[in-house]
Amino acid sequence: MRKLTFPLGGIHPVERKDATRNKPSANAIIPSRCIVPLQQHIGAPAELLVEEGDQVGEGMLIGKAQGFVSANVHAPVPGTVTEIKSIYLPSGVRSDAVVIELEGEFERLGKEQKKSDWKRLGGKKILEEIQEHGIVGMGGATFPTHVKFSLPKGRRCEYLILNGTECEPYLSSDHRLMVERTDELLEGLQIVAKLLKPDHITIGIETNKPDAIEILQKAVAKLETKIRVAPLKIKYPQGDEKQLIKAIAGREVPSGGLPLDIDCVVANAGTVHAIYEAVVTGRPLIDRLVTVSGGAIRQPGNFKVRIGTPIGELIGECGGFSEIPAKIVSGGPMMGQTIYDMDTPVTKGTSGILALTEREVNASPRTACINCGRCVDACPIGLEPTRLFKAVDHFEYAEAVADGLMDCRECGSCGYVCPARIPLVQGIRVGKLMARKKKVPA
Amino acid sequence: MSDQVAITSSPQYHDRQSTARIMWSVTACLVPATAWGVYVFGVRALWVVLASIAAAVLAEYLMGLVFRRFTLADGSAVLTGLLVGMNMPPAVPFFIPVIGSFFAIAVVKWTFGGLGSNWMNPALAGRVFVFFSWTGEMTTWTMPQTLPVTDAFSSATYLGVVKTGLTESTGATGGPLALLQQSGFPNSRLDTVVTDWLNSTILEPLGISLPFGYVDPFVGNIPGSIGEISALLLMVGAIYLFARRIITWEIPAAYFLSFGLMTWIFGGLIHGGGAFTGDVLFHVLSGGFMLATFYMVTDMSTSPVTRRGMLIYGAGAGFLTFLIRTYGSFPEGASLAIILMNVFVPLIDRATRPSRFGVNKPKEAEA
Repeated sequence: MRKLTFPLGGIHPVERKDATRNKPSANAIIPSRCIVPLQQHIGAPAELLVEEGDQVGEGMLIGKAQGFVSANVHAPVPGTVTEIKSIYLPSGVRSDAVVIELEGEFERLGKEQKKSDWKRLGGKKILEEIQEHGIVGMGGATFPTHVKFSLPKGRRCEYLILNGTECEPYLSSDHRLMVERTDELLEGLQIVAKLLKPDHITIGIETNKPDAIEILQKAVAKLETKIRVAPLKIKYPQGDEKQLIKAIAGREVPSGGLPLDIDCVVANAGTVHAIYEAVVTGRPLIDRLVTVSGGAIRQPGNFKVRIGTPIGELIGECGGFSEIPAKIVSGGPMMGQTIYDMDTPVTKGTSGILALTEREVNASPRTACINCGRCVDACPIGLEPTRLFKAVDHFEYAEAVADGLMDCRECGSCGYVCPARIPLVQGIRVGKLMARKKKVPA
Repeated sequence: MSDQVAITSSPQYHDRQSTARIMWSVTACLVPATAWGVYVFGVRALWVVLASIAAAVLAEYLMGLVFRRFTLADGSAVLTGLLVGMNMPPAVPFFIPVIGSFFAIAVVKWTFGGLGSNWMNPALAGRVFVFFSWTGEMTTWTMPQTLPVTDAFSSATYLGVVKTGLTESTGATGGPLALLQQSGFPNSRLDTVVTDWLNSTILEPLGISLPFGYVDPFVGNIPGSIGEISALLLMVGAIYLFARRIITWEIPAAYFLSFGLMTWIFGGLIHGGGAFTGDVLFHVLSGGFMLATFYMVTDMSTSPVTRRGMLIYGAGAGFLTFLIRTYGSFPEGASLAIILMNVFVPLIDRATRPSRFGVNKPKEAEA
């Protein structure tokens, strides 16, 4: 089996996927109270359509996209809007959120879904369906999918790549999705292919998911559409679309550019499955698969969770904490964000909720940089993180930008390997912010 | 939960490696070779090493008071002190390692900003400083108790004897080992037994034979600095460092190969032989070469950060070590060569910056 990978840098963070990778996904208990933020995506927040006291149905539009780069938000459960409040998202951004008290009848839950024949739909109609149902990138970046799939005039899609790498440690939600919903996922992929008309369709999966590779290989063999399943070497950050394109198509997205500049489109497995549900069964993005794991979780597992479910309820369903965690993380341990409020909701981009113990975090005192070069070795895009950090630390933003500051993907490889525990990614983020503020030319 | 959990920027977890773990691991890997030195030179060697470590720790603490930064726990001061001690002759007066360590920590390390900011390897700088200040004391050697000699003191190490032999002889010398034998330098019983065994069981069937005098420097039955004599135990420690990926192969390999190649090609010339007659085995086993290869030239603060840079740096240091050893007026070359090479590190770093992803490359799409 020939395994592909990207050539420059990359690391092998401790995986710890064993706790959940073989656990079939279960439906999480529907929460009695959902907190649904209007900003669950990159771009403008959705415009609020309901007010306190309104009755909403399951899947009803409650937030309308403002402008093109924005996404619709739907009610994940039927009930009464009891409050509109401002909350902190895990990223630290403030957003208005609709609080829905569960009440009334479900239209979809537990009922047979009527399937429509997508093959008769044209590309334009498919794109509308995606936009209508509030689909965003579910790997964590939450970029509105209809924007990503709108090919600019004169551009075409040569490579369509399904991202099944799930290179973030601990997480197994995409893995379970590929194993459990194989046919739906492939149908979703064909829908996207109908829209983008790619020359090549490839599914990239790291070899730590041999069962997913095998199942998908068998399934694609039966299809008329030619889809290739590409086993990838296990290496972080292979799930970053720039690295995945390099591994599969051998092309480099130019600095400051987008995958479309080199005729490639990457879509995450969860996103493609959501597209299937939106186009075939008319179901808006109101739930997603979430891995709940980490050393401080009593019974880790994979769950189909309604958007807006407070993480406290989800952790409670896993038997609660076995010890006080050192950190609670939304997302994976490499790029995820820490949360402190147990009412923080699961959003469209939440791939995992982790409760990490002190031992797992491996914190140690910060020391001066010892010039070991591990960060330089780890960087998948050829930056020198220690150099960037020092430049930002000395307010030399122009120098940092010239050294590639803006190209940083914030994958965290440098910070993971740094023995001095220098907050390299944080420094780089601050540097980017300041460089934009000071309008340093790229 | 808000008062119990940490709020941090990503990544949210880390590799097990930390600065302190690296420093203490290297220190631990040096203990066997140091213990061997104490075993063959007597307990006084231990006091030399301890004095050196104590001085380094005290200097670190005092500088910490000045700069209000307390960094003893990171282990770097203990490591520097240990390395200074390992580079001392066993019979050195105690004030010399103390001054060496103080100079290493207070001047070389802290005046440039402490850990990671020094451009010169502190332990080597400390050693070179006291070497030039008290050359007599720094070149009075002790014979190992494992060698059959009556006179406990010797005026020279392996390399020293060879250097003297070279200046005194006029014609061809027959190589460094021949010079040693002419001067009446003894071999241990272990050397005789092991060399005989190697020759009769392994080497003879292959049609080669190993002369006496190589096993002693390999095991550590030679005069020299306390911690540098046992190539074997230094390598044992290095294997652990490689296995834990605390050091990478680039610098030691480049250093070893460049020194070995130069010695092989040109090392025979001063002995009156032709090209390609240099005694590589003798040179890598004697003097401070092994200590330098795995523990000195690999010092992170004073070596390049890129893999390509590490290769250039290692090769340069190896070349300079060869030059100084072969043509310099001192028998030893490693310390000076490494310090000299430290000067070039910023230049090497600038010249070997990694190629950036998606920058200035022909668009593969057209290909």
